[in-house]
Amino acid sequence: MNLPLKDITETTQQVTHKVWPLTGGVHPEENKHQSTGKPISKAAIPERLILPLSQHAGAPAEPIVAIGDKVLKGQMIAKAVGFVSVPVHAPTSGIVTAIDVHSIPHPSGMSDTCITIETDGKDEWCELKPIENHLSVEPSILVEHVRQSGIAGMGGAGFPTAVKLSPRSAIDTLILNGTECEPYITADDMLMRERADQIVSGASILMHLLKAKQCLIGIEDNKPEAVAAMKQATASNSTMSVAVFPTKYPSGGEKQLIQILTGQEVPSGKLPSDLGIAMQNVGTAAAVHQAVIHGKPLISRVTTLTGDALGDKKNLEVLLGTSVAELLKEANVNDRQLNTLVMGGPMMGFTLDDLTVPVVKTTNCLIAGSIQEFPASMPAQACIRCGMCAEVCPSSLLPQQLYWHAKAENLDQLKHHNLFDCIECGACSFVCPSSIPLVQYYRASKGTIRIQEAKNAKADRSKVRYESRQARLEQDQAEKEAKRKANAKKAAVLKAARESKSDIGSAEVDPVKAAIERAKAKKLAGGTSQPVKAVLSSEQKELKIQLSVANAQSKKIQRALAQVEASGEGDTTKLKSDIAILQAQAEKLQKEFDAAATASPEPSAKPPASADLKKLKVENAMAKAALKKAERALVKAQDENGDTVELQKTVDECRQKLENLTSLPVTGKPVAADRTKPVSDDQLKKLKIENAMAKAALKKAQRALDAADGDKAALETVVAEAGAKADAAAKELADHLA
Amino acid sequence: MEIFLYAIAALLALALVFGAILGFASIRFKVEGNPIVDQVNELLPQTQCGQCGFPGCRPYAEAIANGEPINRCPPGGQTTINALADLLDVEAEPLDAENGIEKPTMIAYIREDDCIGCTKCIQACPVDAILGAAKQMHTVMTDECTGCDLCVEPCPVDCIDMIAIDVTTRTWSWELPSKPSQGNLIATDLRGEEAA
Amino acid sequence: MALVRQTSPHARGPNSTQQVMKLVLLAAMPGLAMQTIFFGWGTLINVVWCVLIALASEALILKIRKRPLSFYLSDGTAMVTALLLALALPPLVPWWLTMIGVSFAIIIGKQLYGGLGNNPFNPAMLGYVLLLISFPAEMTQWLPPSGIEGHPPVNGFMEALNSIFPLFGQGVNVDAISMATPLDIVRENSSLTINELWAENPVLQSFGGKSWIWINVAYLAGGLFLLYRRVFTWHAPVGMLAALFIMSTLFWGGTGSASHGSPLFHLFSGATMLGAFFIITDPVSSATSVRGRLIFGGCIGVLVYVIRAWGGYPDGVAFATLLMNMAAPMIDYYTQPRTYGHDKPKKGLPKTD
Repeated sequence: MNLPLKDITETTQQVTHKVWPLTGGVHPEENKHQSTGKPISKAAIPERLILPLSQHAGAPAEPIVAIGDKVLKGQMIAKAVGFVSVPVHAPTSGIVTAIDVHSIPHPSGMSDTCITIETDGKDEWCELKPIENHLSVEPSILVEHVRQSGIAGMGGAGFPTAVKLSPRSAIDTLILNGTECEPYITADDMLMRERADQIVSGASILMHLLKAKQCLIGIEDNKPEAVAAMKQATASNSTMSVAVFPTKYPSGGEKQLIQILTGQEVPSGKLPSDLGIAMQNVGTAAAVHQAVIHGKPLISRVTTLTGDALGDKKNLEVLLGTSVAELLKEANVNDRQLNTLVMGGPMMGFTLDDLTVPVVKTTNCLIAGSIQEFPASMPAQACIRCGMCAEVCPSSLLPQQLYWHAKAENLDQLKHHNLFDCIECGACSFVCPSSIPLVQYYRASKGTIRIQEAKNAKADRSKVRYESRQARLEQDQAEKEAKRKANAKKAAVLKAARESKSDIGSAEVDPVKAAIERAKAKKLAGGTSQPVKAVLSSEQKELKIQLSVANAQSKKIQRALAQVEASGEGDTTKLKSDIAILQAQAEKLQKEFDAAATASPEPSAKPPASADLKKLKVENAMAKAALKKAERALVKAQDENGDTVELQKTVDECRQKLENLTSLPVTGKPVAADRTKPVSDDQLKKLKIENAMAKAALKKAQRALDAADGDKAALETVVAEAGAKADAAAKELADHLA
Repeated sequence: MEIFLYAIAALLALALVFGAILGFASIRFKVEGNPIVDQVNELLPQTQCGQCGFPGCRPYAEAIANGEPINRCPPGGQTTINALADLLDVEAEPLDAENGIEKPTMIAYIREDDCIGCTKCIQACPVDAILGAAKQMHTVMTDECTGCDLCVEPCPVDCIDMIAIDVTTRTWSWELPSKPSQGNLIATDLRGEEAA
Repeated sequence: MALVRQTSPHARGPNSTQQVMKLVLLAAMPGLAMQTIFFGWGTLINVVWCVLIALASEALILKIRKRPLSFYLSDGTAMVTALLLALALPPLVPWWLTMIGVSFAIIIGKQLYGGLGNNPFNPAMLGYVLLLISFPAEMTQWLPPSGIEGHPPVNGFMEALNSIFPLFGQGVNVDAISMATPLDIVRENSSLTINELWAENPVLQSFGGKSWIWINVAYLAGGLFLLYRRVFTWHAPVGMLAALFIMSTLFWGGTGSASHGSPLFHLFSGATMLGAFFIITDPVSSATSVRGRLIFGGCIGVLVYVIRAWGGYPDGVAFATLLMNMAAPMIDYYTQPRTYGHDKPKKGLPKTD
């Protein structure tokens, strides 16, 4: 199957692109030949498809269909949320049967929201909208189309492609990643062999989009057929060239491939776009072609099915959402041999233990391993600091130091040794003679550091809020102080003034005293228990307004009359008669006002039912809580053998108060005993509350009894009382309901 | 005899010179306040919960600067104790159980059906994380809540619950590999497991 | 069929600690053979005895630490420590001396610090230095190598055994027959020129001293084998040998009576090659990065020469190793490699806010 390298060079039409060596790296066994024997075949349409809403990095998509909706192949069923997000499309026609939580392929084994579609087997497409004349269309339209087609990075990370296609710097080189450096995986290899044209078409669309000047397609030298196919496909395009480089793991990492093909390093913390480079997986390029030229969204992908436990190892074009169990069945899995199921490659993939998880946009491989293929990991021995890990690290880190500090949870040293530059390729764990799971330590430590930094950021915010709150309270305090002082000063001044004036004999009346006396007089005159400032009913208000209007008008006319009289011109008779009319009106209004004033006490003494009721409810709740608190304190005191007499009294008082309140009828009249006809809803609620409270009190008393290890007698009586109360309340409730 | 006197004189002179230098330095280069208090405060989690026995994080920081044991803060947990031990160059003790145990972070939640709008919890919250006004509905801003528990007591209708935050696929992270089953039989391993 | 949950990577390389230790043992065989040929059975008996003591003391400590014995003993590191110490010792040292040395090396030098991977000092060198300081007389009683007239070698197995374990019978009187090593002779010399010195002492032959040349060549061969098998990188041995070469060239002193010996003499005499390929390459106690190892080896070479030329002992490999073991952490702080994407390597400790 594999042609020797020299045959490749004979078919070269372009000059081989210069390549740089990879730093570090290892040579694991390739195990690729098992799955390259057959061309890509289409997987059967399963009965059910489960589509997670989050198959990409970024915010999960939001469903836009409901349970029971019929969907067509390619129809959008979940829309993107925010900028870093992609939508989800139905991979085939069918009916949406569920939108709920299902286990998803995630290293944690957790579940997440998924849309379930029962397929109808008809595989009907929805209306496809390809972009005509894509090379003359505005790039922003193409980017939006790519986004709405649900395309995310298919090499494994799942980063939304549209976000990568909107870089913040100008791009001049597009790199297509056809490296596929992990062992076992051959999906990209087969894709390049069979669909090189689609990949190249996608690449040209991407180049137009990014306005890139050249495109490099990076392929390892263990894929000679793919190299030949891609070279043939790019033969007519002078801006695209295929670069072949020696096979080594992990050449396919984004940063590593950039180093190999351009000799440049992506600065730490920055993106490849800052170097003017954009990288996409070949599968993503093919998907872009499908989306733009044919209008087909991302609904399927090529997945390698391999591993010793499979009878039929091959590459399948799989509909997204197909369960892993279905695919394994299609590849003739031997259940007895199946020991480890890996999603992804053996170096960076994670194990699955639930076969019902679906295939997602980033599933490039499923390895059904037997126990001989993936033996159980040996127990880790001590690190002998041999340094082999540092030799193979592609990021030139010091894994043995990182391991040391990760074990010691020394987060500062980890950051100092550039932990976050680790790409988690696993080369260090691969070579470790002591079988230490190094990468695991780094993944865990990265998580710890992220959590710690989030905590620190929150602590800083809390500190700022706390300090500004303290400042605000102090300011309030200071203002109060200042006001108090000012008032005191004013009072002192007034007092002094009064004392000095009292010698002269005051013709002036103390305004405050006068006001008080006025109010007293008013009170006596009115005969009601109204406060100084009368609360006016709306009727009264209106009358008052009318009265003042009338008064104002009469005053105006009087002024006019005076003017006329003074000037000697004009007709005074009309004015005089107007004045008379207005005065009569004013008197009438005043009489009405007074009448309304004497009548108003009635309505004001009868407060609106709702306000009173609310007040009672509040009192009720407060009493309940006070009772609870008192009981809690009592129990605590009893536990500690403290002074319980006072507390017992408090508890009893609270209980009494509560009973008084709860015996009030709902209409609000403070009657002692009998109830008027109760409104059933409120009564029921009340009983329910009482019942719940009694139950809670019983529970608490029981808990206290259990927890107490001293004198239990008193607590037992409390429990008995609470129990009796609870029974009584429950009986009342039951009676009421019956 | 003279040599004796010369020796004493020389030492005396040296002592005076160095004493003068030290005295001058202690005045000229004196640091206002106690910077260690600020540094300790930076490391504390700022929940202002009072579980340490002090009314807030800054008072506890000041107490630590005066020799208070560093293992009193449950919300900070062992990580904070270790960081304080590093800063102050003292032994990192395990958390003092009298003050509480290390729990996952909780967030307060007000049951709106029961809230009566009394503002007692708003006054109690040390970071102003409760939104509301008199007679208006109160609610907790979950992003700002530190889980200090101070709002639960004052509420007259007991309507505040403390709820633990759920882990989602977005917040999940790996654990460190477990120690080998054969190797966790010595005292430090056992203690390590407790703290982990 | 319960599926296994494991973390990646799921593929493992072929390396293992046992393999590394086996290769080291294998590579030391030529040197051991040479030492046996020239100095008799003593070294071999010592090796066996030391290995037994080492395994026994490690087992004792593991039992006290409640660790599983077979897991920890089978990694072969105790054996390598014992072997290296036995090779460094004079051939007929008494059994109690080796026992003290080896048990100190394993118990104090290795297990006290936490077992494999946690010791800051090279355990074999720690044991050697303890013995050298505590028992200077026995430690300088090297035998005459075979092939020197007037000094019959101790060739018999029983003779050697009896010397080491006097319980079994009467051995040779080591005091009477011991002879100084070439390094010692050159050091002590202050009157004769090199040529005269060479003429006078039959033990000095060609450039390294009879027998010592062959021993060092054998160790060199073993070391090159280990380099070929990538057990360690070239940086530490090359650093040490280069530094020693440069130092001895600079301070040669000609061929007069004040000479310190030629570079070749230094490279092929004493424990130079043993040190360069077996002792300083002990990964646990040496520096971490390759640049660090180069500096580590270089400084050891300098110190070895300094001790040999101007210090108090004829051979300074052990002391130089221990001194540089102390400096290894600081070397690590300043020789971090430049990480991908960074302009400069980080130096020193992390900055605390």
